[in-house]
Amino acid sequence: MSVKLARDNGTVTDAERRLASPLAVRGLTVSYGQKPAVFSVDMTVRAGHMTAIIGPNGAGKSTLLKAALGIMKPLAGTVTVLGQPVAWRRDHIAYVPQRASVDWDFPTRVIDVVLMGMYGQLGLLGRVKPKHRAQAMDCLDRVGMTDFATRQIGQLSGGQQQRVFLARALAQGADLYLLDEPFAGVDAATEQAIITVLKGLRDAGKTVVAVHHDLSTVRAYFDDVFLINTQAVAEGPVETTFTEENLQTAYGGRLAGAQMDALAETLVTTSAGTSAR
Amino acid sequence: MIWEALFLGLGYNATLVTLGAAILGIAAGVGGSFLFLRKRALVSDAISHATLPGVGLAFVVMVGLGGDGRNLVGLLTGGAVSAAIGLLCVNWLSTRTRLAEDAAIGAVLSVFFGFGIVVLTYIQTMTSGRQAGLEGFLLGSTAGMLQSDALVLALAAALTLALVLILRRPLTLVAFDPDFARATGRNVDRIDLAMMAIVLAVTVVGLKIVGLILIVALLIIPPVTARFWTERVDRVLLGAGIVGGLSGYIGAAISAAVPDVPTGPIIVLVGAALFLISLLCAPGRGVVSSVLHHRQYQRRVHLRQGLLALAQGQPIYERLTQRLMEQRGLMRGDGVATEKGRAHAARALLDEARWHVVRNDQAYAAAAERYDGLTEMQKVLTADQIREIDARLPAPQGAMP
Repeated sequence: MSVKLARDNGTVTDAERRLASPLAVRGLTVSYGQKPAVFSVDMTVRAGHMTAIIGPNGAGKSTLLKAALGIMKPLAGTVTVLGQPVAWRRDHIAYVPQRASVDWDFPTRVIDVVLMGMYGQLGLLGRVKPKHRAQAMDCLDRVGMTDFATRQIGQLSGGQQQRVFLARALAQGADLYLLDEPFAGVDAATEQAIITVLKGLRDAGKTVVAVHHDLSTVRAYFDDVFLINTQAVAEGPVETTFTEENLQTAYGGRLAGAQMDALAETLVTTSAGTSAR
Repeated sequence: MIWEALFLGLGYNATLVTLGAAILGIAAGVGGSFLFLRKRALVSDAISHATLPGVGLAFVVMVGLGGDGRNLVGLLTGGAVSAAIGLLCVNWLSTRTRLAEDAAIGAVLSVFFGFGIVVLTYIQTMTSGRQAGLEGFLLGSTAGMLQSDALVLALAAALTLALVLILRRPLTLVAFDPDFARATGRNVDRIDLAMMAIVLAVTVVGLKIVGLILIVALLIIPPVTARFWTERVDRVLLGAGIVGGLSGYIGAAISAAVPDVPTGPIIVLVGAALFLISLLCAPGRGVVSSVLHHRQYQRRVHLRQGLLALAQGQPIYERLTQRLMEQRGLMRGDGVATEKGRAHAARALLDEARWHVVRNDQAYAAAAERYDGLTEMQKVLTADQIREIDARLPAPQGAMP
């Protein structure tokens, strides 16, 4: 069923954008105790694009992601995936948690972690068949970790752990990928490997949303940005939204002049009048 | 006597007890594994102590209704109910108040246990209902175990095992990464509850044989012991089942063979012995293996440092270094390098210089991560890559073999 709205200018309404969005958040408030970590946030992710969630420490980036996934219970607000409640579409969502959120001394091997991404498909008692194993190995191959398949996860370096988490998300075979600080504390080679995989997903029509903290790579890595500091600050394509003005608003003036200068090359100049470079 | 007991040659009742204890050990080991992996081992202590008031009250009620106060199913049902209440109290205190789980466990455990003792004391004063034997639930007692009792235990243990096998994937997921489990739509609270139900079932079943004070040991020692030997969840489960089963079997057999030895404590001591052996001897995670690995590593470090000192013409002061170098014929007793020693030293120095280049080049970031001051470059990079690096070395070293 499709609804045609009689409009002559052809613009899309907010409601329509939300309906088509693989992740739309509306009026979301999450609080720890009496202090909101995320307050009345609206976010509409564009399908088939890569979005960076940016903001200072404690701005609620991870909390926004967790609440959107239902890991944390929001105080208010709705989260929809293609217009449907997120709980109905879980099998379309893959999640990469922060690396430090688990105990890496857990008795499990790399391949077993990747297979965890397929538990939904395996069911409670379904046997792990050679085809499942091959699928898991393929996911490891995409992040360059096939050699480590039978290693205990505690033996991995930080970057390798992050790649294994990404491989597990790939094994979920989802359309929407949510990543919490995928580049935190990883080596340059891993960062390259991860961004290559993510861009590959995007080019295959998947949607990627990542909490990101390195402002200098936003422009090179992402299509869209979502700036947050407890409340939403700005949202849109990098070319129009990743501006000094928006950053200063999000970071509350906490970005020092030197940091800004370093970013100058990647930042978008706000309007023609101020671009005196 | 011991051998007869181990081969079930001590008569019908002893056989019943031995097999029952083995089954209980298997169920407890497997059931306790996820508790250990979820890092909530102590919750089982609260659960077991919270069974006591239920057992006592069940006795009072059954006598009051004119029945046999010592009906096992009735007593265990009572224990299960009060344990469940205790468990809910721990959960409520740790999630809804600012109390941490360990404090909640301490509070619930002592209050329920204290109340249970009060009930038992009251029962002692009752005139009806043959109260003797109830205190056996504290430390376990296998005297006078009936075939029907053993059947109840075996059935309950089998059910527990089946439940763990069916739920092993969600339980693993929640133990390793609860956030991911929630994100993939699992109800983590309900899975935790299922885990607790399994533990509760094992505890209640084990009351008769091991007693409520020591059942914790049977839940926790087997998985901890198994963990020394393996890096996989399924094998921790398997190993915990084996360790638990062996403890139960051997422990019960010993206590059947030796008069006046309590069953529960012996079972726990057998488990502890298996734990001790694993702690010391397990490859990889065991203490002996760790010490040996550390010593070996220390020797490699000393050798490498000695070779580098030799190459740079510095004196070697450390005794261990000197000894190791002499043993390998790299150095003479008077501290002068041998021909072999000079060759090795030159190679070590070249390797170090190569690593210096690699570690300062982003292009080799992945390889640089493997630098530990000991690994030879040949093991990390290809011959072509090494040639490329050698070309960049400062002239004098680059000319060396």
